[in-house]
Amino acid sequence: MSARATTAHSVVEIKAAGKWFAGILVAAYALVAVIPLAWILMTGFKSPPDSISYPPKVVFEPSLEGYVNVFTNRSRQTPEYLESLGPPKAWYDKISRKRNMVITGPSRFAGRYMNSVVIGFGSTFLAVFLGTLAAYGFSRFKVPLKDDLLFFILSTRMMPPIAVAIPIFLMYRTLGLSDTILGMILLYTAVNVSLAVWLLKGFIDEIPREYEEAAVVDGYTRLQAFIKVILPQMRAGIAATAIFCLIFAWNEYAFALLLTSGNAQTAPPFIPIIIGEGGLDWPAVAAGTTLFLVPIVFFTVLLRNQLLRGITFGAVRK
Amino acid sequence: MTDRTAASIADRAAAATPAGLTRRVRGLSDRAIAWLFIAPTIVLLLAINIFPLIWTVYLSFTNYRANRPGRVIDWVGTRNYERLLGSEDVWEYMQATAHFVSWTMIIQVILGLGLALLINKNFKGAGFWTTIILIPMMLSPAVVGTFWTYLYQPQTGIFSYIINAFVEVGPIDMIGSPGLAPWSIIIVDTWMWTPYIMLLSLAGLRSIPDYLYEAAEIDRANTWQKFWHITLPRVMPFLMLAVLFRGIENFKMFDMVVELTSGGPGSITELASINLKREAFEKWRTGYASAFAVILFVTVFGLGNIYVKALNRVKQ
Repeated sequence: MSARATTAHSVVEIKAAGKWFAGILVAAYALVAVIPLAWILMTGFKSPPDSISYPPKVVFEPSLEGYVNVFTNRSRQTPEYLESLGPPKAWYDKISRKRNMVITGPSRFAGRYMNSVVIGFGSTFLAVFLGTLAAYGFSRFKVPLKDDLLFFILSTRMMPPIAVAIPIFLMYRTLGLSDTILGMILLYTAVNVSLAVWLLKGFIDEIPREYEEAAVVDGYTRLQAFIKVILPQMRAGIAATAIFCLIFAWNEYAFALLLTSGNAQTAPPFIPIIIGEGGLDWPAVAAGTTLFLVPIVFFTVLLRNQLLRGITFGAVRK
Repeated sequence: MTDRTAASIADRAAAATPAGLTRRVRGLSDRAIAWLFIAPTIVLLLAINIFPLIWTVYLSFTNYRANRPGRVIDWVGTRNYERLLGSEDVWEYMQATAHFVSWTMIIQVILGLGLALLINKNFKGAGFWTTIILIPMMLSPAVVGTFWTYLYQPQTGIFSYIINAFVEVGPIDMIGSPGLAPWSIIIVDTWMWTPYIMLLSLAGLRSIPDYLYEAAEIDRANTWQKFWHITLPRVMPFLMLAVLFRGIENFKMFDMVVELTSGGPGSITELASINLKREAFEKWRTGYASAFAVILFVTVFGLGNIYVKALNRVKQ
C-alpha cells in the first residue's frame, strides 16, 4: 500500500512487498495458533507450583515430575515414615519423595494408552480392509443403486454419535460387548469404513482400467488382477486412508466415554481425569496430553499434502 | 440377522459360479465379486448404524429407561415428541447451539478465507507456515477442551495473561462467567477449525485459472472488482462445502465443549448433544432422549443431503 503512494516503485516491487506483507501476517497467525500447543508442551515439564504461578512462567526449572505423576499412583506420607524407608532407589522415587510422596504403583495411563493403540490399529486395519474391497467394487463394477449406496455409506458418518450411542449401548449390553476392546474396534470400524470407502474409491478411480484389462488378457482372473495389479498401485492411497482412520479412532471421545469404563477405556476420556492431590495436577495432565498428541502432530506433517483429500472424503484433490 | 445375510450372499456368490462353468468366466463372475466386495461393508453398517437407528426410532415412542432393564416398556405414542417440542429448555439448548454454530462459521470463514488469500500469494515459506497452521485441526477435541481449561484459568492462565498484556482488564474468567462462556467455546473451535476453512478456500483459489485475472487486468478491473467478480464466485462452492461440513459437525458438537465447560455455567453452553447425553446417560430417560436423538438426526440428515449435493458440484 505504502509503495503505491510513492510513484518511484515499479509494479514488481509492489507485488514483492505484498508477498512479504502476506508472509508476515500468515506467520503471525501461525505463531499465535501455536502458543497453546507450546504452552502445553512446556507445562508438562514444569513442577506443579510453577504450573499455577502468577505471572505464568515462561522460564522455569525443567522437571520430570509431570511425567512421573502421569505414570504413577502416589500416596502422601509423614517425613518420619519417609525417613524410615531409607534413600530413594530410582530417579523417579527421588522426584516424588521431594513432595513427601511415595510411589505406590503404576497408574492406569499406560494401559489406557495401549488400549488407544490396539483399538486404533485394529479398527483401522478392518476399516481399510473392508473399505478397499468395497471401493474396488464401487469403482469398477456396475452396482445397482450405486449412488444411493454411496450416499448411504457417507450418511452413516454424519450421524450424531450420541444419538447412535443409546441403542448401541443397549445392544452391546445384550451382546456382552460393552467395555470390551472388540466392541470398540467394531464400532470404530463402522464409523471409519465410510471414510475409507469414499477416499479409496477416489484413489482407485485414478488408476486406469487398462492396467487390469491388460492383466486379464495375460491370463489373470479378475481377482488376481485386483491383487497383483491394483493393490500395489494403491499403496500410497491405502497408507493415507489408514492414517486418517487411525487419527479418527485415536481422537474419538463420545463413544469411548459412554461405552467403556474399567477395561477398554481409551486415553481421551482418561486424560481429563488425571487428578492430583487437591485439584487437577496440570503438569501430569499436560504430560499425558503431550504424549497423546505427539503422534498426531507427526502424522499431520507426514500427511500434509493429502489432508485436503482426507477432510473432503476424497472429493477435492487439489 | 447379520450372519444370515452374509451367509446368503456368500451362497449366492457360490451359486453364481458352479464348479464346471470355467469356460466363460474364469474364477468368480464380475457380479459375484462386486457383491462379495461390497456386502461386508453394507452388512457392518446395517448392524452398527441402521439397526440402532431403527431401535432409536422405536424407543422414542416408549417410556423405556435403560437403567431399569426388567421393567415393562409402555408405548406412549408421540408424548416424548410433544414434550420436547413444547419444552422451553430444549428451545434454549437449540438457541445455544445455533449461537455456537453461526458465530463459529462467520468468524472462521472470514479468518480462513483471509488466510487462504494471503497464502495464495506464494511467499517464501508458505508451505511451512501452512503446515503449522493445520496442526490444531487434527487433534483430539476432548483433549483440546481439557487443556484449554488450563489456558483459560482466570488467575494463572496464559489466555488471561496475554489479553491483560494488551488491555488491562484484570483476571478474565472465560469459562465461569455467563457472558463469556459462549465465547470461550467459540474461540477454541475457531482455533481448531479455521484451518479447515482455510484449506478448502485455498483449494478453491488454486482452481482459478490465471487467464481470468489477466483478462480482468486488460479490462482495468481494480483489486476489489477482481475479488468480487472472479475470486469470490469461484471460491464459493468450496466455501459452501466447508461451511456445510463444519456446520454439521458443530451442530453435533459434544466432546470439546463437554471437557471445556460441560454445558455451564448453568446451562449457558449446554448444546443439544450435551443435553442429549445428560438425558440419556445421567437421567436415564431413554425414551425421551431417543426422541431428541431422532430430531437431531433428521436435521443432520437433511443438512447432509445438501452437503452431498455441494460435494458433487465441487467434484465437477
